[in-house]
Amino acid sequence: MREVAIIGVGMNDRWGELWEKSLRDLYVEAALRAIDDAGVDHIDSMYVACMSSGLFTGQEHVSSLLADYLGVAPIPAVRVESACASGGNALRLGWLEVASGASDLVLVGGVEKMTDVDGSQATLALAAASDFEWEAFNGVTFPGLYAMMARRHMHEFGTTPEQLAAASVKNHHNGTMNPVAQFQMEITVETVLNSVLVADPLHILDCSPVTDGAAAVILCPADQAKKFNSQPVKIAASAVATDAMALHSRESLVTIGSAKAAAEKAYKQAGVGPGEIDLAEVHDCFTISEICLVEDLGFTEKGKGGEFTESGATALDGRIPVNTSGGLKSKGHPVGATGVAQAIEVYKQLRGEAGKRQVKGAKRGLCHNMGGSGGTSAVHILEVM
Amino acid sequence: MTVARIWRERGRRYRLEAARCKGCGKVFFPGRLVCDKCGSREFEEIRLSDKGKILTYTVIRVPPPAHTYETPYAVAIVELEGGGRITAMVADCDPEKLEIGQNVRVVFRKISQDGEKGIKFYGYKVVPA
Repeated sequence: MREVAIIGVGMNDRWGELWEKSLRDLYVEAALRAIDDAGVDHIDSMYVACMSSGLFTGQEHVSSLLADYLGVAPIPAVRVESACASGGNALRLGWLEVASGASDLVLVGGVEKMTDVDGSQATLALAAASDFEWEAFNGVTFPGLYAMMARRHMHEFGTTPEQLAAASVKNHHNGTMNPVAQFQMEITVETVLNSVLVADPLHILDCSPVTDGAAAVILCPADQAKKFNSQPVKIAASAVATDAMALHSRESLVTIGSAKAAAEKAYKQAGVGPGEIDLAEVHDCFTISEICLVEDLGFTEKGKGGEFTESGATALDGRIPVNTSGGLKSKGHPVGATGVAQAIEVYKQLRGEAGKRQVKGAKRGLCHNMGGSGGTSAVHILEVM
Repeated sequence: MTVARIWRERGRRYRLEAARCKGCGKVFFPGRLVCDKCGSREFEEIRLSDKGKILTYTVIRVPPPAHTYETPYAVAIVELEGGGRITAMVADCDPEKLEIGQNVRVVFRKISQDGEKGIKFYGYKVVPA
């Protein structure tokens, strides 16, 4: 297998409720920026991460649509869907295609156009990432599943609503320094706790938003990367793991088994441990997921995630800065694009291009992208070359 | 939605029909063709108990379209006596007064319906015991 590097990245100017832009506008804009950033004159193959263009816009077969509008047909293009982990899963497939020697230049893009339906339809589309017949049918929503994880985490470990809120407050703070972020404003623990309840104990400010956006990266073999880019970033590990689909079927309601399994594989591949990671982008679709993930990715002990987060250990100047981009909470969560955008944040950090939110001397970063209530996790470890 | 989609789940939704792996004893609801624990493909048909305890719960305040008119409502993950877990709405309760560990009983109820004039969907909910 060949080593693989990221040589170009692209996103929209800012994520959010982008009413003037369609799914294809969003994607092509980000993809063209990645192509220009890498300085490549063609791509060999494309992976499009998109969770639910069908339920959100009525359009399927977007791989072909987007190859057409990007002007790269007839190259092969395939859509990758694994709910909110679509981006991470697509990145792994792009990595595999380059690592295997099948292609040299692969574009991995992600997109979601979520604001063409009302809130209730969006709730339904997202609930389709659960086990529809045995969870969503019985009235549980996506925030509802995470709320049940939160309630149980509080029960088992004494985690408090204030500790959950601390993740959101930190991510909003980081987001104020990210020009792409949907919500660039500071909030306080009190604002979170006084915000409306979505699914007890989760308030709306514990939840990531509905967002329109796209993100794209260009991959190439590491030994050719410097032809295109003076500072490429190596994909040191790429791992995906699955777990029971329904939350009620999991061994533990407070452990994200797929994250543990994918991280274990990724740490092994990269030959490092959690203590050697300089920063991490983790899938904070809800505050409780960030609390569980800092535990399950090995940054702190099981059950201590709340305390760890509240202590500032995951702040920009903490022991392991988490979600320097603002995370899903503040940067926004266009589900198909999220996993790709996480890699872009780590790429920028490792190149020293993260502006005011720069983690000094960052050499190695991890991204964790999750689908459903944990049915899929993708973990990537990126390193400076 | 077609009637067949609802009809084929009748045993599970109305009678909690489940499966116990003959290899390792793991209980599956709904049943499966292969056990994820031991790989066995042989199962014994069982019915889950209608008594259980709340493992965790929430109160849904932002509902999907099918449940707009009953919001807020409680949903719980329930561990049933003798094995098997379900996610179910908690009916006939004050959602503010639920607790982890609370005893509940499974009941047959209408769950939702397919739009204003579509078929009604029935299934299980739980109520405080």
